[in-house]
Amino acid sequence: MLLEAQDIGFRYSKGPWILRGVDMHIAQGEIVGLVGPSGCGKSTFGRILAGYEWPLEGHVTLGGEPLPTAGYQPVQLVFQHPEKAVNSRWRLGDTLKEGWVPEASLLEALGIEQEWFKRWPNELSGGELQRFCIARALGPKTRFLIADEMTTMLDAITQAQIWHVVLEIAKKQNMGILVVSHEWNLIKRLCSRIIELSIVNRDRE
Amino acid sequence: MINIDALREKRSLGFRLPRFNRRQQTLITILLMIIFLSSVIVGGALLGNERIATNFETKNLSPSLKHPFGTDWLGRDMLTRTLKGITLSMGVGMLAATVSAFIALILGLLAATMGKWADTVVTWLVDLFLSVPHLVALILIAFALGGGMKGVIIGVAFTHWPSLTRVIRAEVLQLRSAEFIQVSKKMGKSRWWIAVKHILPHLIPQFFIGLMLLFPHAVLHEASITFLGFGLSPHQPAIGIILSESMRYLSTGMWWLAFFPGLSLLIMVRAFDILGDHLHMLMDPHHAHN
Amino acid sequence: MRWIKWIKNRFIPSKPESVVGLSWESADFGGAETGSKTVLEVEDLSVSFVQYEKGLQQKQMKVISSLDIAINRGEILAVVGSSGSGKSLLAHAILGILPENASVTGSIKYNGKELTLQRQAMLRGNEIALVPQSVNYLDPLMQVGAQVRTGIKNGDALAVQREVFDRYQLKPEVDRFYPFQLSGGMARRILISTAIVSDAQLVIADEPTPGLDPEVVEETLGYFREMSARGCAVMLITHDIETALKIADKVAVFYAGTTVEVAPIENFSGDGEALRHPYSKALWRALPQNGFMPIPGAQPMPNNLPEGCLFAPRCSMATSECSIKQPKVRKLRDGMVRCGHAT
Repeated sequence: MLLEAQDIGFRYSKGPWILRGVDMHIAQGEIVGLVGPSGCGKSTFGRILAGYEWPLEGHVTLGGEPLPTAGYQPVQLVFQHPEKAVNSRWRLGDTLKEGWVPEASLLEALGIEQEWFKRWPNELSGGELQRFCIARALGPKTRFLIADEMTTMLDAITQAQIWHVVLEIAKKQNMGILVVSHEWNLIKRLCSRIIELSIVNRDRE
Repeated sequence: MINIDALREKRSLGFRLPRFNRRQQTLITILLMIIFLSSVIVGGALLGNERIATNFETKNLSPSLKHPFGTDWLGRDMLTRTLKGITLSMGVGMLAATVSAFIALILGLLAATMGKWADTVVTWLVDLFLSVPHLVALILIAFALGGGMKGVIIGVAFTHWPSLTRVIRAEVLQLRSAEFIQVSKKMGKSRWWIAVKHILPHLIPQFFIGLMLLFPHAVLHEASITFLGFGLSPHQPAIGIILSESMRYLSTGMWWLAFFPGLSLLIMVRAFDILGDHLHMLMDPHHAHN
Repeated sequence: MRWIKWIKNRFIPSKPESVVGLSWESADFGGAETGSKTVLEVEDLSVSFVQYEKGLQQKQMKVISSLDIAINRGEILAVVGSSGSGKSLLAHAILGILPENASVTGSIKYNGKELTLQRQAMLRGNEIALVPQSVNYLDPLMQVGAQVRTGIKNGDALAVQREVFDRYQLKPEVDRFYPFQLSGGMARRILISTAIVSDAQLVIADEPTPGLDPEVVEETLGYFREMSARGCAVMLITHDIETALKIADKVAVFYAGTTVEVAPIENFSGDGEALRHPYSKALWRALPQNGFMPIPGAQPMPNNLPEGCLFAPRCSMATSECSIKQPKVRKLRDGMVRCGHAT
């Protein structure tokens, strides 16, 4: 199954075009890096692929079909700041189970402890919260994962911990991953193919 | 956990802990206010009618130990009348404020979740009601409904929602663009589910604080329109009635007739205000840890 | 009087100031050249926050515990640690801008003298400058030229400001810009200008390069190098080891609110075998360009710190004594380490 973006164009209301004529595809099981200078529209493109924004031009297809509009989304996005991506008034156990109920083996691999379920988000560190956000997004129906600077705010050790698990799960579930990051070293380490947005984006040099 | 008293002895670059921490002080204040307010209200409700029966032997007495607030031209004890008046006014105010807060909650939610059209209508209504002085709108509504208890409650309820609506609408708008709400949609959750499970828990503190801060307004406005003669009927022992009747006797030197009831009303309203402020402090995360 | 002494300190560097009252750790530590003077010395600093736990119970949260650090004149010290390791709070403690519910113990000495709240208030913005993370720290309603000039205490403010702007290729019309008109790179130069015109002896830069493009990062770091060449002590707070290694003289590694190691940058190479503390080694080896090898566990939260060594629960070298008492900082091979087993 392919996640395809064809001729994507996007801008906010009447602002300048952020993206224009961007083509891209990821196959299942493939890990692709998306790099580019800050402000070049990397995150916006990630949001479009995951259905968080609708492109003004072009379209995103999953296996030839448009992205579904209801139900659990097969393209999931994990954000940079986990503090914003969890409800501060929910215990983390509820947040974890919002989309599906992750099995114990996944939680163990991600280093999520049962004891954290009763805690509130402000009682855990960013690294610990991000593990919850990742577990939440790795449901059995997830075909593609967009990791938008997923580990940028974390220290190198946590970053390595998390990526090792995510890569393993991706392989097991035959999941495609788009790694959006400005860190070349990380992208080089993780990805089999690297896309430079400034090159595929026709509106920017 | 570290013993705080031991730490206090150590040299520190600033900040000493008071004897009670802030949250304890806040809670103590809240408890005091609740005890005070409820004793006045319950007291007023339980008091019998014998002290406010007409008794010409005791008419026009200035304040004394037996009648701390004095008596009126019919020999009725002013303290009892004031207590009963406050109880009634508070009851009317609370009912009206609660209705008002619920209107605000519903309109705020509607405006922020039902799309552009609903938002335009609600915003327009808010602006409309805010542009007319409360009292004018209140009088119009109460008068149109024929005055009396029903007129006052509906009048107050329908004029006090706009500011809280604004607060709630802004809060919902902000929440709607929050990442965790967007993620929830991608988890396949419906609009309704998100509104109830995600958004509502964030609104509850705002709602209660808003409600608390509405009380004093509602009570004062109830008293005002009653005083002006558009509110409760003269047969009801409302504080506004007491004040307006007393006006006629002020020129004869019977100052206590208006002074004590008026002062009591102010104290009660202020007590509610303090209660609301302290609840706000308790719930608002910006103050939470000071 | 104080400022006369200060001018002396600044302009007559050949005469070393008395180092009376300085401990061995800071007085001679890291001093490659003789006569180097400790500008900032933090000893056994602890910062706690009073927080409500449940209901009415207050609890002390120790966010920085027994931290030691020292910076000399003309030196760049990088403070590296993950979020929640207390590195930004250290900056706030030095500047005296911690929130009210914080309590501080230990000592912070500036030029050999204890920093009190009054001295902090007097020095910050003058001798001690902060380069903040973003333009949000500028006054949005004030022209940037004027904002930079407010930091200039003596001399012709306009001339000094122009000179600094010239040096950073900020055109005259930029003087009249408001913060929202600045591009990212310009904003960065303005923020650094505010530190430079203040004639600061100590510059604290709190994550000055996050999300910047490589060229802009290079440029920004160049400014800090320049400042240190003029005799400034620079404290560069970052979570990015790579950035730190580009310009720093030595690196302080933070973990769970304390310094576990201070090492010269040359030690960060190869497999990290020259590093002292097991955490620094693990951190180095976890970088994607090195081994990308994680170790299990996570940095403890301030409300849940272990009894002894803060790293013991994740440490492969830990022995039973590690979990009893936090090891003291000791000098080791031209650096510092807080570990009993390090060699």
